[in-house]
Parts: sequence; C-alpha cells; structure tokens
Amino acid sequence: MKWAVIVFPGTWSEHDCHHVLTARLEQRADLVWHKDADLSGYDAAVLPGGFSYGDYLRTGAIARFSPVMEGVARLAERGGLVIGICNGFQILCEAGLLPGALLRNDNLQFRCIDTYLRTETCNSPFTNQATSGQVLMTPISHGEGRFYADAATLARLNAEDRVAFRYCTPDGRVTPEANPNGSLEHIAGILSERRNVLGMMPHPERASEALMGGEDGLVIWRSMINAMQAARV
Amino acid sequence: MTYLARVYITLRPDINDPQGLTVRDGLHSLGFGHVASVRAGKYLELTLAADSETQASEQVTQMCRRLLANPVIEDFRFDLLPPA
Repeated sequence: MKWAVIVFPGTWSEHDCHHVLTARLEQRADLVWHKDADLSGYDAAVLPGGFSYGDYLRTGAIARFSPVMEGVARLAERGGLVIGICNGFQILCEAGLLPGALLRNDNLQFRCIDTYLRTETCNSPFTNQATSGQVLMTPISHGEGRFYADAATLARLNAEDRVAFRYCTPDGRVTPEANPNGSLEHIAGILSERRNVLGMMPHPERASEALMGGEDGLVIWRSMINAMQAARV
Repeated sequence: MTYLARVYITLRPDINDPQGLTVRDGLHSLGFGHVASVRAGKYLELTLAADSETQASEQVTQMCRRLLANPVIEDFRFDLLPPA
C-alpha cells in the first residue's frame, strides 16, 4: 500500500501526516507536489491542512485547479481512499468531490483547540476500527470550518449515513456548546457517495502519538489501512 | 476591444453572515442604530478583451460560475463597462 501526501503551495501539515504514516504506522508514503497529475501508483491520498494559495478568493478555490486534483479524482474513481483534512476538506468541496462548503466560523475566531468527535458511522473505510458513537479527541485549527449545505443535501447526507463525525462533548453529547464553528448539524466530517472520500476539519495527524497529547486519530489511519488490506485480499 | 467588468459576489440570502452581523453591531455602537442589516461580499474588477459586449458578458459569466463564485454559497452579478 502506498500513500500520496499532496503538497500545494501553502500547505503546512504535510510533514505531520507523512511522519505519522511512516514513523508511527510504518506505511510507504511520498510527498507529492501539486504539479504532478499522476497518482496511478498510489492506493490512498491525503490532502493535508494549510492555506493553499493563501486562501485567496475562497479556501481551496484555486487549489482545485492544480494538476494533482485530476489524479485525486481518478484515484477516487477507481476506489482509492482520499482523506482531506482542514484545508484538504475545503479543497475537496470546491472540487465537487464532496458536497457543501466551509464558511467563516460563526464566532469569527481562528480556533486552535481540542475538539471531541462522535463517530456517527462505522460503515466506512475511515471508521471501520471505531466503535459506534466512539468519541475521538482531535484538535482543530481553522478560521473557516463552518460546514454548510442546503437542506436537501443535508437530508441526503443523513439518509445515506454519510455524516462521519459530529462535534460533541468529551462524554459524547452533541450540543451547541461543543460546536466550535457553527457547522450545520454540528458536522465535522462527511463521506462521499461511494464512501471512499472523507473530508474533516479536525486534524487526526495531530492526535496520533501519546507525546502529542493523544492518539485517538490513529483510529482513522488504522481504519484506512485495514480497508486497503481487505481490498487486496 | 477592452472591457471592464465589475463583479459583485455575495453570500446567498439564506446563509448566515457573521462578518456582516459584526459590522452592523459596530455601526450600531457608532450611533447608526437605524442600520437594519449588513451583508459582506467581494468586489472584483476584471479587464478583458472581447469582440463584443455579448461575448464579454458570456466570458465573465463562465468565469463566475467556474471560479469567482461558489454556487453552493454565493450569488454573483456584474456590470460591464464599454471600451474606454
């Protein structure tokens, strides 16, 4: 299994993701510059956090036109796994690989805090190692993470069990106080129609080592590894 | 011919605009209590070459749909100024 960690101009979390994948999880992973459109040798792609193209115009708006996004779309088409974290989530929405959009936080603050995520579905390549409702402590670091989708899209996400995570209290209650950015229905992460693309605002790579304050994020990486191994059998 | 397009991009009416609300509150603090609402948006000026106003208009519409505005959250409109 081979991972591509995509680097756009202004990406800043690529080394964290690469470190966790290689040093912590002993995966083969390359940093892939956004000008490279060919991801045919990879099984999974990570779109890390950052400020691609300085967030000019809208977050993720320019990055979606990078050549590598053709490769990401093809990887998703052939059933590979794509995870977009923070700015990566914003890019996937702009690219149309996920529905909805991420808007300015309702509190107008850049929030860099630990959040708690309630796992809403275990039926995905990203959450198959979680237990139903499992709470994952995962930090956020963003100013524009307020998930928005129109009512019909929200209804569809719910009906198709495509909400992966909602913000919650440490004991797993989904309350307005636990929502750090005003996301509709407290949504922190969603799945694509085929369930092989995940976008999430919180950073699992920053919660993947005890030294960093927690390792709940490992559940997501290990789920992905598990799904890819199962697909190879 | 060279045209100037003045493009206005606004959040769709049903979308919460905390930036606009905060600016409105600031205006209220300054004594402009009669301001009922503020909506923040973006303004862009494009200079482009086109054979006709119709062609320029079609081009700017495409630009707005494909990049300048995100139809999930934003509306757009523009004025086109004839060649100088």
